[in-house]
Amino acid sequence: MASSSFAPRLGSSALRLRPGWMQDNGVYAALVVLLLANAAFTDRFVTVSNLRTQLIQVVPVVIVALGMALVIGTEGIDLSVGSVMALASALLPQYLGYGWPVALVVCILGGVAVGLVNGWLVASIGLQPIVATLASLIAVRGLANIVLDNQADIHDRTLLDLGSGSVLGIPYTVLVAAVLALVVAFLVRRTLVGRRIVSIGGNRAASELAGLPVKRTLLLVYVISGSLAAVAGVLATARLTASTPNTLGNLVELSAITAVVVGGTPLSGGKVKILGTVAGALLMQLIRSTLIAHDLKDSAAQMVQAAIIIVAVYSQRRRGAR
Amino acid sequence: MSTVDTPVTAGGPDARLPEGDPGEGLSRGERLAALAQQRGSLVVLLLTVLVASLVFDTFGSVDNLRDICLQSSFLAVVALGMSFVILTGGIDLSVGSVYALGGVVAAWASSHGTVAALVAPVVVCGAVGLLNGLLIVRAGMAPFIVTLTTLLFARGLLLSVTTEGSVTRVVPSGSAFATMGQGSALGIGYPVWIAVGLYALGVLVLQRTGFGQTVLAIGSNEDAARLMGLPVGSVLLRVYVMSGVLAGFGGALAAAQASSGVTTTGVGLELSAISAVVIGGTLLTGGAGTTGGTLAGVLLLGVIANIINQIGFSNSNWQSVVNGGFLVLVVVIQTFLARRQRL
Repeated sequence: MASSSFAPRLGSSALRLRPGWMQDNGVYAALVVLLLANAAFTDRFVTVSNLRTQLIQVVPVVIVALGMALVIGTEGIDLSVGSVMALASALLPQYLGYGWPVALVVCILGGVAVGLVNGWLVASIGLQPIVATLASLIAVRGLANIVLDNQADIHDRTLLDLGSGSVLGIPYTVLVAAVLALVVAFLVRRTLVGRRIVSIGGNRAASELAGLPVKRTLLLVYVISGSLAAVAGVLATARLTASTPNTLGNLVELSAITAVVVGGTPLSGGKVKILGTVAGALLMQLIRSTLIAHDLKDSAAQMVQAAIIIVAVYSQRRRGAR
Repeated sequence: MSTVDTPVTAGGPDARLPEGDPGEGLSRGERLAALAQQRGSLVVLLLTVLVASLVFDTFGSVDNLRDICLQSSFLAVVALGMSFVILTGGIDLSVGSVYALGGVVAAWASSHGTVAALVAPVVVCGAVGLLNGLLIVRAGMAPFIVTLTTLLFARGLLLSVTTEGSVTRVVPSGSAFATMGQGSALGIGYPVWIAVGLYALGVLVLQRTGFGQTVLAIGSNEDAARLMGLPVGSVLLRVYVMSGVLAGFGGALAAAQASSGVTTTGVGLELSAISAVVIGGTLLTGGAGTTGGTLAGVLLLGVIANIINQIGFSNSNWQSVVNGGFLVLVVVIQTFLARRQRL
């Protein structure tokens, strides 16, 4: 409570929370508040079909954001994720002739390849992550359009089922996202790799001096981000029932970064919050759909979203500043 | 510019000079590395043009070269602002959206006369630049996240101005504003003249004013610049305003040339602008680089695009693959050159 005598005395002391509480848990509080407000004021909001639609729409962002959270945890950034989604989407129809397992593997390998290049440029060559992944953003989108110039319909039954089927009322894609979130959360909390990621983001020089395999860990992080983006691309394609490399994943990097930051992971690295990231993605989705449900134009919703990102990053910055 | 007559030494002994003289006491290898970094883009540009004119009959024609210059002029204007931003060690990802916004605002205002068509985009886009600058300087947020957000914001603003992109504003044909984009003098289009004029101004501002020297000092070492008492905050603010204004003006110029403001333009333009600046030899960490190099970088991107069309690849997507690959190559080479110079 009285941990810092320099803290400005705002509001009544009874309401004052532990410093940093809002940054750690604000996203969950906001999510609950928004859900309750919607239940009260938005017609036909709390229906199974609407909630399911919201979840389905947020799946690609959640999956991409999981990888992004790891990358940001190392004080990096991955701007190439949208293009990787497009690449996976473009590869899918090309290899479906060999059966869906082969196609799936090829798509994910595409993501792994982009991740390897990104990771190599960042870890071994020493480029700034923003530059390396910006170059991949440009090149990989072009590559995706070369692999598939226009668009192609998906006819594979298994994939179509994956895209729109459900079990016990829960869509498969949502299940996949949930499982991936659990796996990544486990990775962060319970494994050595997770410790190393946080340690590198906290202080790279110190991690190197401590003998941690910094380069290998960075490489792995970008590979994970690339392969998760590829999975998101496959799922989005299966849901759309068509491969559209020209538009798929456009600006998804922005949504993913937002989800990560809103969820409490500072851009300065050193900390990874997976549950927060998922909540952040849900919150942004909910804000957007709430605004649109109340007849606000898409363009206005976009501007509100921009304002929210700024506020979230600003509040993170205060504590992130060391 | 109030800082014009304040004499300033850029960045102290640590700063690498932007102009040709790599200084004494450097070995030949170091001097060569510095020279390659500063003049490399120009050499590559000249070689590419030379080879392309020999290989393709249609490349070297006056018409084709004129076309490349005209098509490059809009990006050139945007990349000039980006040069200053990157020289401070920052980045402006919002320029693509601001460019489209400038075009639409200019086309909308052009029915009220040429002055309005020029002032309106500069004011609106300058305001976006000011917003960027304030958030970066006053709130101390990372340039890339701030400008990534204004990318979204400006695109939203643009869509709401045009009723979700359904309204197209047309520039009155025959107006002075339309002539500015479509006319030509001595066989060269006005946009090219304007771009060249702006670059001449840019060189002067960067190398002959306190403002320019402060930009370089900030890029070399922001803390040192601050300790030297340089007006870091106000210069950074002006740099982002400048980037917004130039991006908006570039969009206005393109709208004048195309006779209408198109809501879908400028997507990915920030990448081309950054590529041009980096290919032109400016370090992404800031502190060293030239505006002339950026111009060479812009032209090189234009030439590559043209060559890819000449080869007749059925799809122009190769362009982005080549551009992305090229960007990586140049940055990797730069990294090695920078290491070589520091040894």
